[in-house]
Amino acid sequence: MDKYTEKIRSIAGNLLKDGKVDKVIGYKQGSLPMAANPFAARTQEQAEELVFNSTCVMNLANYLTDTTEKIAVVAKGCDSRNIVNHIVENKIKRDQVYIIGVPCSGMVDKRKITSEFETDLTEFAENGDEITVKSLEKEKVIQKKDYLRDCCLTCIKPNPVIWDELAGEFVEEKKMENRFASVEKIENMNPDERYSYFTELTRTCIRCYGCRNACPLCYCPTCFVDESGPQWVGKGQNETDIQTFHFLRAFHCAGRCTDCGACEEACPMGIKVREFTKKLVKDSSELFDWETGLDLSKRPPLDTYSPEDPDDFIK
Amino acid sequence: MNLVKIDKNGFKQGIDRARKEYRLFGPAKGKEGHTIRHLDTDEYPDMTYNDSVLSAKSVLFPQTEKMLYTTFDESEPDHHIMKRAQADYSPQAVVGIKPFDAKALEILHLNFDNGDYRDPYFCDALEATTLVGIAVNSPGSCDFSTSTGTGPFDESALDILLVDTGDQYYAKIITDKGQSFAETCGFEEAADEKAATDEINALKEKAENAVTSEIQYENIAEKSIVELYNAPLWDDIAFSCINCGTCTFVCPTCWCFDIQDESKGNSCTRMRNWDTCMSPLFTLHASGHNPRGEKTSRVRQRFMHKLKYFLDKYDQGIMCVGCGRCVKQCPVNIDIREVCNKLNAYEEKA
Repeated sequence: MDKYTEKIRSIAGNLLKDGKVDKVIGYKQGSLPMAANPFAARTQEQAEELVFNSTCVMNLANYLTDTTEKIAVVAKGCDSRNIVNHIVENKIKRDQVYIIGVPCSGMVDKRKITSEFETDLTEFAENGDEITVKSLEKEKVIQKKDYLRDCCLTCIKPNPVIWDELAGEFVEEKKMENRFASVEKIENMNPDERYSYFTELTRTCIRCYGCRNACPLCYCPTCFVDESGPQWVGKGQNETDIQTFHFLRAFHCAGRCTDCGACEEACPMGIKVREFTKKLVKDSSELFDWETGLDLSKRPPLDTYSPEDPDDFIK
Repeated sequence: MNLVKIDKNGFKQGIDRARKEYRLFGPAKGKEGHTIRHLDTDEYPDMTYNDSVLSAKSVLFPQTEKMLYTTFDESEPDHHIMKRAQADYSPQAVVGIKPFDAKALEILHLNFDNGDYRDPYFCDALEATTLVGIAVNSPGSCDFSTSTGTGPFDESALDILLVDTGDQYYAKIITDKGQSFAETCGFEEAADEKAATDEINALKEKAENAVTSEIQYENIAEKSIVELYNAPLWDDIAFSCINCGTCTFVCPTCWCFDIQDESKGNSCTRMRNWDTCMSPLFTLHASGHNPRGEKTSRVRQRFMHKLKYFLDKYDQGIMCVGCGRCVKQCPVNIDIREVCNKLNAYEEKA
């Protein structure tokens, strides 16, 4: 993706030089081989630090909330959909944000890759579809397509849906047989199986709220778990309290989630938080024929009323 | 101190003997990776682990811990009077703790028993605990423990240090607690002191040389707090932070907690939970004012506490043992090594 890096740097440099934006939010190579981190370039010089590769996993729409600055932002398909959602939900104005769209061929799953190695990774080098990964003990050449994140494997919009400038040619959209296979597996469980599945899923949660905080949708000034009057949820490591957090957070994302995967990326315990939200993506799709963040003129389904609502109770 | 050798074939037997006298904790693999947790009667510490997602902190300072309890039932003579919650302070041992993670417990101890206050929960648990460390022969890439005053073979906070030499362990028995544990396990076969010491020293040197990552903090002590606090670097450091609690929860030296009361019917429990200075709630006043309402001020607090306030207060180095967990697990890779080196090199512009 080196050509993207080059193009992003030049677009960002020009925007900053011409004073069109106050900062450009993109990614910068971190201190670890597979860490490209959110970064704000404010000068032309800093724009040269911007990178784009297959480890740019965090969702940059998360950094656009409640700001008065004029911002340029690097946006993959999912980021761009979250920007649309942000604009629809009045978190940022369209003319405040300059979108550098990046057609995306998917991000790799850090956990899938590190599980192939006994020791820490020391090098990660991409060359087209091939990636050379080195650890303290060995070197391995892998194919990117075999190590994509689960959310990227079922991505419906790899290309930005909204942009001011593109950093590359559109990529081909994947043909998928069934993007909800993982949800159906859970739907097909009986209630007891499903309950124990979810119990096991969140058992190791340490309530760091990384999933919530990495999520562009979670911008509430005070989250329900932090509210103290009334206090909705206990703060300890009680199983019910932990589940309450995860279930309610997922419901708050219904019809708004783009399945960008930032929540799972942030979780230090490797909890597959998307198992909850993906079901709501499926429901939104089936009940309301809705995909998040595709259209600036449409409000999310749970935010509006339609006479065509599939539920009877509301009519 | 004496040196004992343990044939690996007999190690599990020894652990089983210890189980009769001690509650055992150690590295165990789960779907999230290794954690240090209570071992069931059929579980053995996985002594080959490279890394644990969480440290041994939770053994002595659980994420949720009952402190006090009472009843609201006014027919009870001591209703509404808080009493200390029952807990098990019978002997326990952490087998397979990393030397620098044990050092971290010593840092926690400084805070929980500081002359002015003694935290009975932590201190009683610590007294009941024997720490059986495993020397780190192959340090990970984020290990910078040698530059924080500890290291992969540091025995200063341990009761026993085990050194893996292939088909056997050498056990350095360091304290009386360690001696009792070794006797209980039946680990008593004396090692040839000269040969064992040579072998241990060689492995130690190799391990320490394999730690390639380092920090410098020697200049931080002489800089003024205000100078570092006002340094124009915090906004950049904090930009990517999402304010989750990962760094503080995986940190073996972060000790902050939040106290909560929970009641059900007539019974009430006061508990403490790990808290995190990354959360705005950490400093939110009842008035609604928040002295650390901005992300940058919270990120600054975490690093200033670890690298400056602690250093100034105790004069015992920084509040970091170089385990590298926060570096690896921060979702946006905010790296304490870079922050520390930046502070160390910072010069105020005249």
